[in-house]
Amino acid sequence: MSESVRVQASINGEEREFLCEPRQSLLEVLRDTLQLTGAKEGCNNGNCGACNVILNGVLVNSCLVLAVEADGAEITTIEGIALKDRLHPLQQKFLEHAALQCGICTPGFIVSAKALLDNNPDPTEEEVRHWLAGNLCRCTGYDKIIRAVLDTADSADMQSVRA
Amino acid sequence: MQAFDYVRPTTVDEAVSILARHGDQARVLSGGTDLIVALRESRRQVQVVVDIKALAETAELAYSPQAGLRLGAAVPCYRIYGDTAVAAAYPGLIDAARLIGGIQIQGRASIGGNICNASPAADSAPALIVHAATCIIAGPHGRREVAAEDFFAGPGRTVLQPGEFLVSILLPAPEPGFGAAYLRFTPRNEMDIAVVGAGASVVLDETRRTIRSARVALGAVAPTPLLVAAAGDALAGLPADDAAVERAAALAQEAARPITDMRGTAEFRKHLSAVLTRRALRAAIARAQAA
Repeated sequence: MSESVRVQASINGEEREFLCEPRQSLLEVLRDTLQLTGAKEGCNNGNCGACNVILNGVLVNSCLVLAVEADGAEITTIEGIALKDRLHPLQQKFLEHAALQCGICTPGFIVSAKALLDNNPDPTEEEVRHWLAGNLCRCTGYDKIIRAVLDTADSADMQSVRA
Repeated sequence: MQAFDYVRPTTVDEAVSILARHGDQARVLSGGTDLIVALRESRRQVQVVVDIKALAETAELAYSPQAGLRLGAAVPCYRIYGDTAVAAAYPGLIDAARLIGGIQIQGRASIGGNICNASPAADSAPALIVHAATCIIAGPHGRREVAAEDFFAGPGRTVLQPGEFLVSILLPAPEPGFGAAYLRFTPRNEMDIAVVGAGASVVLDETRRTIRSARVALGAVAPTPLLVAAAGDALAGLPADDAAVERAAALAQEAARPITDMRGTAEFRKHLSAVLTRRALRAAIARAQAA
């Protein structure tokens, strides 16, 4: 058996230290060691996007990153998206548009959409659909999700978050 | 997932010595989007995973109009298309980098990993071949260079020998009048695997109406990605028109030797080889004329 490795990372702005085995994915450690269970295990092979997190500013599947690779990294999970005193505008718009049903895919969609808007504040519908193609929802289809993201980009609240 | 050790060498020599020591029990990790899935599903058994992302050379993305592009084997796709100078100079490579997986895959997956995984359908392979790329390999006996079209040995197999790994990929500087394109057929626009992929590049003369030289490559129609030298050679000296494109498309179709599988029949893939070659060549010519 390989030995446990000590890893340090900034997760949602907080310095965290944990022990993991090299074979453990970042998703596994987030959920089972750090109790950050917002990221979901859907397919565990990079197709569904339910485990998406932002790693050093880049959107990734946390199931396809080894936890040991995250040493020294800055990570944002769904738990780090809400603002201090209220929901992030994306979370608010997902509620208003009823852009979810069972909710398993929702953390991944919101993290992906956050990465999109960080990258491109005013995306077209096609750009939103393309960006979210790696997030699968098996309940309800995608229209409400797309509308929630587009509405967020246009919202006054999002502009105040950026400012 | 199976247990393994993780090492993160900081020099090429250190990486080579670890790889040489462990032979087929070691595997190189770049973006991990293929390797981690293979390890999890026990399609590969390894004792050591060698992360090459801390090497200066594998992380390098260096372009100059004189020297061309030095693309480190571990550079993720998003960095390639995010570089405007690289994107302008290597349009065929950019087409492929934007097609591999989805956005979150492109945040990790590298072109080097894509070719080392050696799927016959690897999107970057035909693109690298038409850009006349060279693979720089480090190993126990030093460095060697292999043309992109000679890098593949079969499905999932490359010419890499025990102890060797891919350090970087060199793409020559585009000549004046150069244009390239890669495209594929898939049932879904994103997050899919090519039924057939086709790359094309051309160098047009100063009038931009005559083809000086051309390259055509196909993916997913043979055990390895395929340079269709006959199609490229036939175009040299011809006017950049429909007749020339048709001739190359017919030669590409002839060269394709596909199988039937869940993604498509051999007959359909033959048909697609001509259709996609036609489209890739037209796009490459249009880009060369617009440049």
